[in-house]
This record gives sequence, structure tokens and C-alpha cells, in this order.
Amino acid sequence: MTTLKFKIIVIEDDPPIRRFLRTALETHGFEVVEAATGKQGVIEAKIRKADLVILDLGLPDMDGVEVVKAIRAWSEMPILILSARSAEIQKIEALDAGADDYLTKPFGLGELLARIRVALRHASGTSEQTQAGVFSTGNLKVDLINRRVFNGDREIHLTPIQYRLLAVLVKHAGKILTHRQILKEVWGPDCIESAHYLRIYMSQLRHKLEADPAQPQYLLTESGVGYWLKV
Amino acid sequence: MAANERPNPDALLARVARKQAKARRGRLKIFFGAAAGVGKTYAMLLAARERRAENLDVIVGLVETHERAETKALLEGLEVLPPRQIEYRGTVLREFDLDAALKRRPSIILVDELAHTNAPGSRHPKRWQDIEELLDAGIDVYTALNVQHLESLNDDIGQIAGIRIWETVPDTVFEAADEVELVDLPPDELLLRLKEGKVYLPQQAQEAIRNFFRKGNLIALRELALRQTAHRVDAQMLDYREDNAIREVWQVSERILVCIGPYALAERLVRAGKRFAVSLRADWIVVYVETPELQRLPAEKRDAVLKVLRIAEQLGAETVTLSSPAMSEAILKLASERNVTKIMMGKPSRRGWRRFALGSVVDTLIAEAHNINIYLLGSPHKPEEAEDELRLAERRRDVLPGLLQRSKARKQGYYLGYLWAAGATLISAVLAKLMHGRFEQSNLAMVFLLGVALVASRFGRGPSVFASVLGVLVFDFFFVTPYHSFAVSDTQYLITLGAMLAVAMLISNLTANVRSQAKVAAHRERRASMLYAMSKDLAAAASEGEIVRTAVRHIYVEFGSQNLILFPDAHGRIVYPQEESIPESLRQADLSVAQWVFDHNELAGQGTTTLPGTKAVYFPIDDGSTVLGVLALNPVNLRRVFLPEQQKLLATFLRLIAQALTRLRFADQAKKVALQAEAEGLRNSLLSSISHDLRTPLATIVGSASTLAEDDGSLKPEDRKELSRAIYDEARRMSNLVSNILDMARLDAGMIRLHREWYPVEEIIGTVLTRFGKQTAGREVKVALPPGIPLIYCDAVMIEQVLANLLENALRYTPAGSPLEIAAETSADSVEISLADRGPGIPEGLENRLFEKFYRVREETAQSGVGLGLPICRAIVAVHGGSIRAHNRADGGAVFAFVLPLDQPPPDVLQDEGAAS
Repeated sequence: MTTLKFKIIVIEDDPPIRRFLRTALETHGFEVVEAATGKQGVIEAKIRKADLVILDLGLPDMDGVEVVKAIRAWSEMPILILSARSAEIQKIEALDAGADDYLTKPFGLGELLARIRVALRHASGTSEQTQAGVFSTGNLKVDLINRRVFNGDREIHLTPIQYRLLAVLVKHAGKILTHRQILKEVWGPDCIESAHYLRIYMSQLRHKLEADPAQPQYLLTESGVGYWLKV
Repeated sequence: MAANERPNPDALLARVARKQAKARRGRLKIFFGAAAGVGKTYAMLLAARERRAENLDVIVGLVETHERAETKALLEGLEVLPPRQIEYRGTVLREFDLDAALKRRPSIILVDELAHTNAPGSRHPKRWQDIEELLDAGIDVYTALNVQHLESLNDDIGQIAGIRIWETVPDTVFEAADEVELVDLPPDELLLRLKEGKVYLPQQAQEAIRNFFRKGNLIALRELALRQTAHRVDAQMLDYREDNAIREVWQVSERILVCIGPYALAERLVRAGKRFAVSLRADWIVVYVETPELQRLPAEKRDAVLKVLRIAEQLGAETVTLSSPAMSEAILKLASERNVTKIMMGKPSRRGWRRFALGSVVDTLIAEAHNINIYLLGSPHKPEEAEDELRLAERRRDVLPGLLQRSKARKQGYYLGYLWAAGATLISAVLAKLMHGRFEQSNLAMVFLLGVALVASRFGRGPSVFASVLGVLVFDFFFVTPYHSFAVSDTQYLITLGAMLAVAMLISNLTANVRSQAKVAAHRERRASMLYAMSKDLAAAASEGEIVRTAVRHIYVEFGSQNLILFPDAHGRIVYPQEESIPESLRQADLSVAQWVFDHNELAGQGTTTLPGTKAVYFPIDDGSTVLGVLALNPVNLRRVFLPEQQKLLATFLRLIAQALTRLRFADQAKKVALQAEAEGLRNSLLSSISHDLRTPLATIVGSASTLAEDDGSLKPEDRKELSRAIYDEARRMSNLVSNILDMARLDAGMIRLHREWYPVEEIIGTVLTRFGKQTAGREVKVALPPGIPLIYCDAVMIEQVLANLLENALRYTPAGSPLEIAAETSADSVEISLADRGPGIPEGLENRLFEKFYRVREETAQSGVGLGLPICRAIVAVHGGSIRAHNRADGGAVFAFVLPLDQPPPDVLQDEGAAS
């Protein structure tokens, strides 16, 4: 490995999980720094110039969401949240506070690595697909400069809002966006409580872009949290 | 025989119970004297100072120093409870403050003058009742008492001293005292003290000496006091011997039956019976047999009997009222039932030839009661005087003020009878006139006899005697020679007259007896049917409210009084009922009185000895051991409540109510127990389920992991991979299981808060299908969504879980590769989402059991899952107000469908700016 290793801070109070993450991540070529408390984690993230933070939401000393906010105060480094199941509200709060993605415990290594790669790709600036002003995944192609959308060779006509919605998802492709985040970007800050607008437009988009809207391939729902565009 | 020498176990038990009851109660010490001024208060204060010196918490509740200097000096240094000031008719009375004493809770309290009568408006009319309450509260009491205030000596002292004492203390209080200290002073010394002014203030002294403190009186009183104390010592001796099981004491216990009637002697009989019972240490029963004749007595006399019965109760007797036409028979029956050994009664009222001809109760008893000794008590006065005395006593003793009311209606009926008697005689006369000359004269007499018989059968003795006398006069005047004159020439008509009178008396007596028996029978029947109706209604009552309503209505009907049943709250405080009142309900009740009744399990209120100033009467409702509630009754007429038969009826009512309440409480308890057992069963099945389902994957994990951990390099790479995969899979399975258990627990505990929002059904189905991704590979999953399905208002995460659980079951229990169909349908007010499969279907009859917790079609199979998936579905759908069901398809396979209601107005319709596209 000639390239510099990515440095990951693991903020987690449970030693077995820390041990597992260190072993797994180091085997896959990452450098791992462990922190057992939120406070220590924030300091480590700062002085070690980390590339990514893996953050457990249930910390003994401070709320995970506060850690996200503390890091976001000075850095845009990707933050990956670890949380227990059925804690959607916590996840949404963390995501709204600026976390990039989350994983529900228990999780497998494959899942974790995939999320880390997506997050690092986002952090490295624009993803390859959007560099030329054209995003494409599977049959879906979005020309961001000319505002045109294609499914295969067929051009799809979208209403302005439908397009704006798609554009926001494309911009953050691969990343989970909470309802609030999408609503704010598409409809503006006044509409962030009207989640059903979003769901109806999402449904319309799926009907236009997906082969089977009931089994979507691109426009995926993160249950109780938000949506994301599969890359 | 040896068995005879052993103490009777019942007696031993009674003694232990007595000792235990005493241990809880405070101890009562009475300083007992022959008269005022012998130094009781002084002795009491001395004793108190000694206790104080022993560092006991002694306070003075109330002490009458009568301004005597020596006594006042002793009060120094003792804590004195401030008296309660009561204003009564313009003067301020100082009374003992019972509540303050109970609140202060000293270990010993001094309360002077046991026989004192409290000011009106106090909780109890008498001070000894205050002291009883102190003792009940576990406080030791020192008090003082003069011999003339003892209830059973009341009569004797009245005779000795020539005055009657109205402030009396029941003998039971004196007998129950733990200690009696006799304070004795020879009469000469007492008189000297009086002269010196040490007893009363000087100006009062002379008057007092003249009235009461005569030397003769004092000697007699002193003798009584000494004798009373000696009695106690005797009793203590007996107790001691009992305690030490000295054999001679174990004799057959005596039981005395005192028979009273509506005469003045009754009260004396009761008092004598009391003394007799005490001297024999025997139980005693006071009985009143009400014959039909006695039922016809005026109300005042019947009330007087009632009062004597109450006095007997106060003296510690058991009282019984019997209703029977034959007095001696009733007495004998009771005597044999209760193993009576001695009967006490008044001397026979019939004397001379009447006694010989008509017999007397006493004679019958003597003839028939073979094993019973009979004691007769003579009357010291002539009967008339005795009557007067009784009436006087009635006026002075206001124990039952409401009882002395006379009935007017009865009087009117009375006069009507005489009118009819005159009428009947007139008609007879007219008939006889018509017959005159055609029939023999003796037949004319028959006509009059017929009239007399008719009157006798209809109107009773008075009118029939009147009719017979009138008839004889008319007969004599008009139809016997010489006509138009009362002179009787022929003596044979005297026989006619005598026969007519005799027939009149005989028939009127007979019919009166028959009628009163019929009345009694009708009364009994009515009562029986009332009790039957009430018990039937109570048995049918399914709730406490219903029981209360039923009871209140029945009591109102029988006693004509508005009433109310009160229950305690969780803290034992009596509270007003929550239920709405019915017309028969009493609107106002004194909760503090009710509370007292509830705490003490004794009745209180009007007509009783506790808080008689209260308007209503309060009865405890108890099931024999605990008080369940309190009946407050506002009597229109005390007689209707306190007559013995009415009291018995009310007691029966209360018992019925208590039984109904107890039954209901037991039923509630049984229901709770059943629920608990069900929960217990559930917990057991949970435990067995969990232990199986958690242990199975754990076994794999532990086994595989230990193999990997102890690997010395001999494992092939593919084996290592295999083991790791097994650990991973099993851990996943366990994770699902634990989530399910936690979800179920949270749903059960009602801890789930729904985050309901508007969702398209399509998105929910889509999310679930995406999540299952690979697992559905190889199967055809058809989604049939008709256009125009409205948004549903739900917690999407939870509804997705419902669908996910159904899908998981379908994948698990149907053959691989078989198709699945997800469909949604709308009706006017609901959306139904269903999942259909082509699997083996649901076994017949199990469609509903599937949704029960921990239910699996096949127990303990290798297929994983705790049997919580479907119960979780049902719980989630239920919190959304919907329902879930399962059924088999006609052409094979099963359908699981849940319905969600569309009960919320849909959200604003969007203005789609790009609708044109």
C-alpha cells in the first residue's frame, strides 16, 4: 500500500465492539484510533486529523448528537453513526445535526465497509458521476446541466418540483437524507413539517423512473428516517 | 377421672384471648370510694406523682379539685391537658378533651369522675365511654368512682339514701377494670372533714350533710363499697385459681334466664338478675315474650319494656325477644336451647281463684322445668305505685326520646268499634222486636247473642263486652217482664245475661288471639318475602354500585328512611360515594361519625349512646371479622329502627349486604387470580420458548467460536469459513429473536408511542420488499395495487414490521419458489393489505390461535422463531385501531390480511405545479 492509510476515529464505550472494529478495519487497511468517551473522541478527531468518525450514539458522558454538533462546528469530515434498533428519532436527530450515515446494531462487516467507502467518496469532493455534470446509475441518467432525465434511452419529463427532488437526491447520492433535509432543500424551510408532500412526490418520481414502483431499484426509502438514491 | 382434672380447652382459649385483648388495651385503674370526700382524687394524684417519678409519661386529662387546697397542691408539676370549652345555654362548660388526649397519647392519663355525664354535643354522652376509647387506644387510665354510681346498686342506694342517682356507670366497666383501689375513710372522719370544710366549700357543706351525708347513709355506703371490692377480690381469686388450673373451679357454668314483662318490676328483676349472675359468675339472658295479649298493650308500655331490655344490655346481659302465644312454652324452649340452669321472674300476677282457674306461667314452669331452679322476685310496692314509678322513670330517662309516641289511628278504630257495638245491638233489638210473640223468649236472646258474637269477632273485647251489657239491658228492658223496666222478675234471665257476657268475652278473646296471630303470621310472611326479595336482588347484583342501590331501596321500603352506604377509600378513610344518588339516598351524612363507626365497629348516632346528637343513625356493615362499610340511616321514627324485631330485621339486612359485598369481592379476587394464573402461564411459555430459542443458536455460536479459538492450525480454511458463517447466521437469528421479544414487551407494556404520518401504501410495501431483497430471490412476488389508494395515517416503521413479519413467515413456512401476492384494497372507511401464499395453508381451526403469543403450529421444531411474529402484528394493528386475520384460500395456500381504518381526514391536496407533465 503506497497510498496514505485513511484514519478512522472509533468513538464507542463498549470495549468488545471497539476491539472488533479495530481488528476488522485494520485488516482492511484503515488506521484506527479508539476513544471511549465523547469528549475524548472530539479531541482525538481534532488532533489526529481523522478522515472519518464512527460514533456510537449511546455514550456515557455526552449525547451522541452533541458529539456530531461539536465536530461539525469545525469539520466536514464524514461521521458514521452506530445506533440501536428502533431509535429512529435519535438517528434523524444525528443526521439532521450533520452525520452522514448510520448503521444499526448489530451489523456485519460488509455493510460497515460499504458505508465507509460511500462516506469517504462523498468526502473526497464530487463523486465521479457528477463531475461531467451527468449522473448515472443503472439505467437512470440525469443531465444536471440541461436538466434532462433519461431512463435508458427514453427521456422522462418531470415537473419542476419532481426534478428538484431528484436533483437533491442526486447531489447526495448514496447518502441517507432525512425528510427534513429534503423538504428544506426542495420546498424551503417553511415546509419541513409537511412530510406527506415529499412522499407523494417520491411516489410520482418512482412511477416515472422505476420499472416497478413497489419494488424500487433507485429511489429507496430508509424506513422512518428518509430517502436515498442508490448508487 | 383424669380427664376431668384437665382444664377445659375452651375455657383456656377464652382466657388466653382475654389476656391478649388486655395486652393491647390500656389498663384501667379505678380509685373507688363510698362517697365524695373520702380522698379518691387525692389518692389518684399521689399515684400519678409516683408514676411520674418513675419517669412514665403521665398527664392529667381532667381532675376536679373542688378547690381543695391539698389536692391542688398535688397537681403541681404534672402536665394538665387543657379542658374543652363547650358553650351550652349561655354557660361555658369545661369538658374532658378526648381528641386532644388521643392525639397526645400519654402512657397514663388521669380522668376524674367516671360517672360524669358529658355536655350535650360531645362524642359520647358518658365519660366512661370516653375512657373506653382511651383504653382501646392503648392508653392507661386512672379514674375515680363512688359506689352510688354503680348501675346495679342504683336501686339499693335509692332505697338506702332516699334519693335516686341518675349518673350511673355500667357494672361491666367496673368489672373490666384491671385494678380497683379502695379509698376508705370511716364515716366519722369524713363528717369531721366535712365540718372542717375540707370536702366542699363551707356554704355547701351543711346542705350536703343534711341531704346525703347522714351518718347512717355513710355507713351503708361504706359497707356497699367494701362489699363490692370484696366481690372483686373474690373474682380475682377465682381467676387466679383458673389460671393455676385448680380443679374444683371446673364446674358446669351457670346460665340464668331473667323473664321480664311490661311491669315496673322488670327493671328491678334485671338488676337483681345482674347481681345474681355476678355472684354466680354466670352468663345471663333477659327474655321478653310478647304474647298476642301483650302486643295489644299501649305503645308506652311496650317501649318501657324495650328500655328495660336496653338497660339489661348495658348491664352485660344478652337480650332476647320472643313472639309466641304461649309464654311458658316459649320460655321453656329457650331455656332448653340455651342450657339455662336458673330462671328468675316476678311473682305471679294472678292470685287466688284466677291463678287456680287460669293457671300462671310460674306454675307451668315449675311443673315442667325439671332441672331448672326457679327464683321469684316480689314487688316491694303495690302494683299502682310501681306503675307510677315506671312512668316517672320514663320521663326522666331520655335514653330513647323518639320512642314515646302514641298512635292516633288506633284510637279512632277503637271508638268505631263501640259505635258498631251499639249499632249491632240496635239491629238485634229490631230483629227481636219482629220476632217477639212468635218465638220463645230464649230464642230472642239468641239474636242478641249473635250480635254480640259478631261484634266480638270483628272489634275485640271492649266493644263486645259493651255490646253484651247493652244487649242484656235492652233485652231486659223490652222483652222481659215486666216490660220497660230493668227489674228482673225471673232469676233465670240472670243466667242468660251471664252466658251472653261469657260468650262475648270468650269469642272476643279467641278472635283477638286469632287475629293477632294472623297479624304476626302476615308480618312474618311479609318480612320473609322482603328478605327473599332483597337477597334475590343482592344475589343478582353484579357491581358494588348495584348492591348499594338495591340495599338502599329495600331499606327505604322497610324502614321508611332515606339512607346511604359509605365505603372507605384505599387509606381506610370513609368517603362520599362516587355513584349518583337515587331518590331513596340520604343526602347528608356526617363522615366523621361514619368514620368512628367504621373504626370501632359499633353503631352511633341518634338513639344510641355515641354521638346521640347526630341526626342519622350509623350502622357498621361487617362480615363477621372486618367492617366493610357504614350504613347511614335517617330514621323517620326511632321505633321503626330500634324495636327489637326491627333491629333484628335491620341486622339481617346488614348481614345480607355484607354477604353480597363479600361475594363480589371474592369474585373480583378470583378473577384477579385467574388473570394472574394466565399471566403466569404466559410467562412460563415465554420462558420455555426463550430458553429453547436462545439456547439453540447460542450452542452453535459457542461451539463454533471455541473451535476457532482453540485452533492450532489444523483447521482447513474452508472449515474456518464454515464455522464463521455458522456463528454469523446464528447470531443474526438471535438478534432477530431478541428484537422481537423486546418489541413485544414494549407493545405489551404500552410503551409504544406511534409516530403517525401520511404514507402511500406503495412506499410501505416497497420498503419491505427492498429490505427482503435477496431473500425473495427465486420467488415471484406479485404486487397488486389498484390506482387511487389513499394515503394511510400510520406509523410506517411499525406497519412495515407487520408486513415484514408476515412476509418472513410466508418465506419460512411455504415451499421455496412458490409465488407470493401482496395486494391492497380500499373500502369506504378502511384499507386492507393482504399477503397470499401458495403454501400448505393453516390447519383447520387454528386461524385465530396463530395470533396468540408463543403459539407455533408445530412445537419445538428446528424452524426458528419464538412464535411472536404474529402476536406483534396483531398488537401493532390493534394500536392503529385495525384488525388482522388469517384464512385459507379456496385453491390452496393461506391469506394473512390486516385492515387499517381511514378514520382521519386526509391531508391537504397538493397543488402540483407541474401537473401538466
